[in-house]
Amino acid sequence: MSKPLELPTMDMENKEVLRRIEVGGDMLLNMGPQHPSTHGVINFLVQTDGEVMKRAIPEVGYLHRSIEKIGERCTYNGFMPYTDRVDYIAAMFANQGWAIAVEKLLGLSVPKRAEYCRVIACELNRISSHLISVGTMAMDVGAVTPFPYALREREFINDLLEELCGARLTYNYLRIGGVAFDLPSGYADKVSTFLDHFEKILDEFNRLITYNEIFIKRLGHLAPIPAQMAIDYCLVGPNLRASGVNFDVRKQLPYSVYPEFQFDVPLGKGEVGTPGDSWDRFWCRVEEMRQSCRILRQALAQIPNDTQIMAKVPRKIKAPEGQEAYSRIESARGDMQYYVVAGPGENAHRVKIRTGSFTAMGIIDSLSRGLMIADLVALIASLDVVAPEIDR
Amino acid sequence: MQGFLDQLIRNAGHDPATWPWTQFVYLAAMGAVAFLVINFAAITAGIFSWAERRVAARMQSRVGPNRVGPGGFLQWIADAVKLLLKEDLVPDEADKVLFRAAPYFMMVGFACVFVTLPFSHRLIVADMNLGIFYILAVTALIVVGIIMSGWSSNSKWSLFGAIRSAAQIISYEIPAGMALMIPVLLAGTMSTQGIIRAQGGFPWQWYLFDNPAATAAFFIYFISALAEGNRTPFDLPEAESELVSGYNTEYSGMRFSYFFLVEWGNMWIMSALAVTMFCGGWQLPACPRSASMPSPAGRRCLPKSPRWRSSPARRFSSSSW
Repeated sequence: MSKPLELPTMDMENKEVLRRIEVGGDMLLNMGPQHPSTHGVINFLVQTDGEVMKRAIPEVGYLHRSIEKIGERCTYNGFMPYTDRVDYIAAMFANQGWAIAVEKLLGLSVPKRAEYCRVIACELNRISSHLISVGTMAMDVGAVTPFPYALREREFINDLLEELCGARLTYNYLRIGGVAFDLPSGYADKVSTFLDHFEKILDEFNRLITYNEIFIKRLGHLAPIPAQMAIDYCLVGPNLRASGVNFDVRKQLPYSVYPEFQFDVPLGKGEVGTPGDSWDRFWCRVEEMRQSCRILRQALAQIPNDTQIMAKVPRKIKAPEGQEAYSRIESARGDMQYYVVAGPGENAHRVKIRTGSFTAMGIIDSLSRGLMIADLVALIASLDVVAPEIDR
Repeated sequence: MQGFLDQLIRNAGHDPATWPWTQFVYLAAMGAVAFLVINFAAITAGIFSWAERRVAARMQSRVGPNRVGPGGFLQWIADAVKLLLKEDLVPDEADKVLFRAAPYFMMVGFACVFVTLPFSHRLIVADMNLGIFYILAVTALIVVGIIMSGWSSNSKWSLFGAIRSAAQIISYEIPAGMALMIPVLLAGTMSTQGIIRAQGGFPWQWYLFDNPAATAAFFIYFISALAEGNRTPFDLPEAESELVSGYNTEYSGMRFSYFFLVEWGNMWIMSALAVTMFCGGWQLPACPRSASMPSPAGRRCLPKSPRWRSSPARRFSSSSW
């Protein structure tokens, strides 16, 4: 329904282009790299006529740490802590993507209990990541109060994950072939106590902000992404599902033990506006937290009672040179993919990480036309971009 | 005020008309009063900032300032001292004269309002007969300061904030001014003291409850005051998310603290004006007017002017409602 927009290429280095913008009566506004609402160090070159934007061009690369190159220099196990830094808000998923990729490379199968531990850790992390996302989004449209509310809940999850793996942000919990630690005693009770508490909080959060009339008026109809356009721009995760495209890697390309759980995939329906608008993206994340709670309850009930949490992994991990492996997981920010080509020694020849935030940056240029400057902030927040995940 | 000073001079055994130091006594008294008023404004603004931070923190399940003094009560002093000691940066590309002058314009616009705000039947710097007009006029200086600061910072973000702020304050000044005209019509005078005297100490004697038109005007004024003070439903100019802090982004140190002082103090002024115009001012229920607050000289109140009693608007209001 929406044909790809014709985008003139704009060379950032080309001072002539920038000058022409200003001579043409428009203002060139640098939003970033040190702007708090860009969710990290991203620069947006905004061409505006007063408050109305004509274009906003994301300029990425300020947070590039060559993580992929580091992955080619480290051993397979040694790269695991670095994957935490790919997406520090949802570090567990980056761990999992790398672990699955290397396990595919080696043909390892992971013990059942370890898979359940992974799912529990990942779903807890999905909730905490979405809490940050919805909290900051509310803050970016001007409601400061929901943000500390969301962070307060996130603290409980941080405590739970700290008990599990000793870290609150960069977990480094997964190992190739399993997980580092088994669940501590009484962990299931603690998690279900939290879930009982949290599901009530979600309802409260819905009353406070999601179905708040001001919030709906602000975000309904704002920057809608039609389904075809979302597919064309390679959007993934909640951004894609908010446009009504039913694609969740956990369902469509199942990995780990996800086929054993019952859960729904919330799809944006344009409940308060156009399908795929910013409110739908927000709502999708809130609903995904509820689904994560469902998965967690099932995982805690079904976790096998054996003690094996690590597969038999050789001390020196080596794969046949040139062998490839590809893993896809549903991260909090969508389809996260790792591509590994084994090198001759104990490290990979090539590592490629494909992240959801990076592709989400591509759509901003065409969506931003005609929006206000304040809407750009809401749009970036609704796409839930995380700067380190863009640049890696 | 002058009578009180003359009395003091007479008590000291001089004739104020011929004593050569009379003018100096007047000048010193003016200086002292100005010092008191401006410090009152600064202290009120400081305490208000502490109160809002504490209350907002509780609402957002945070702690808020709690280290300096009991319950963090002295936090605003610590902040003020810190801001005073900080380096006063002026951006290289800024229009230096305007950049330095802008905070003073705002301070003047803010402090001048205190001249006609009555604290008691005698505790007022000057009871002008155009008091409300004067207040509306001097508060407009704040907009000048905002535009100056936004323009001179030579930053696009500051300019955005300044334009937004100015647009908002100017547009909401109209409903606020119109709403304030209702009590003026009811009282038949523009003097703040006159308007207070036209009301009584009891709530049912306040214009707020005395007259439906004034009740409506009060709420119009309240909403406009929120907008003029850039408070939360109307905090577009500050726009934390996209403009970060608006027109004062480039400021630091003492000049920055002036902007905050004015912002918090303005809230106080808006409330004081609402009390003066709609809620009976300094009067206490069932107390004689002179007893509401001790007069500085301990003298009796001036004979009450019967003027307001005969005002047609007053007669209309008391017979109709």
